[in-house]
Amino acid sequence: MADTPSPAPRVRTLIHGLDALRRGQPGELRVTLAHPMENGLRHDGFGNVVPRNIVTRFECKLDGQPVFSADLYTAIAANPYLAFWLRADGPGTLSFEWWGDWGFQHRETRAFTPA
Amino acid sequence: MSPPLHRRRPTRRNILGAAAGLGLVLHLRPVAAVSAAPTLQAVERQWAAGRPVTEGRVLLDVAPLVENGNTVPIRVQVDSPMTAADHVVEIVVFNERNPQRDVARFSLTPASGMAQVQTRIRLATSQQLVALARMRDGTQWSHHVDVLVTLAACIEP
Repeated sequence: MADTPSPAPRVRTLIHGLDALRRGQPGELRVTLAHPMENGLRHDGFGNVVPRNIVTRFECKLDGQPVFSADLYTAIAANPYLAFWLRADGPGTLSFEWWGDWGFQHRETRAFTPA
Repeated sequence: MSPPLHRRRPTRRNILGAAAGLGLVLHLRPVAAVSAAPTLQAVERQWAAGRPVTEGRVLLDVAPLVENGNTVPIRVQVDSPMTAADHVVEIVVFNERNPQRDVARFSLTPASGMAQVQTRIRLATSQQLVALARMRDGTQWSHHVDVLVTLAACIEP
């Protein structure tokens, strides 16, 4: 395992709703992250506890200014899905960032122009 | 070579001691389980930080009968104009009977434009859920909902 460094695991995300944004009007953004959200309460087939591995924090920023953020706990289902609203007055760049257990961190950015 | 019979037979003292020990074990476990997670009322009171919470202005939309507790869609909507002067600052969801009381805490800003959040949660059993909202002016609002769960999360693999 030590001789072959494993490639950085690909993080899969879905970000929907940017195309439907209209200038000055609130629109809904729907964001999903592929993640097991292992709650640390389950056992594997050998009776060992599967260690907790969850996403604990999500932030969405518009041009560096906070729009929406969430603290997540073990009660959030696997592949955490969040839908929230954004009102933008013009074009901008959105950043979506997740943090989690075991140093998990992932960031996506999207430029958009509301109609 | 087995020990003499009278050594193996439990004495009156053994039986009483075992019964006392068993009683102690049975008694301690529920106490430990209860003290591990605070009650729903306790976490609500802690969140409210001594200020009043009024039932209203918040809508926690969740199916009253849930077939699979592993993925339960919820929606929280708060009645607010979401302007710089008057907007929702925080939305929190707590549960009554999962291993942990916290479900999620959301921070909103005027850039949100609308005070509505959706996500999918896990429910370990039939229980009460609460959504709490704190406004810019410091007022606090809540909505309690009872949910029936037929297939529990957290226990099944």
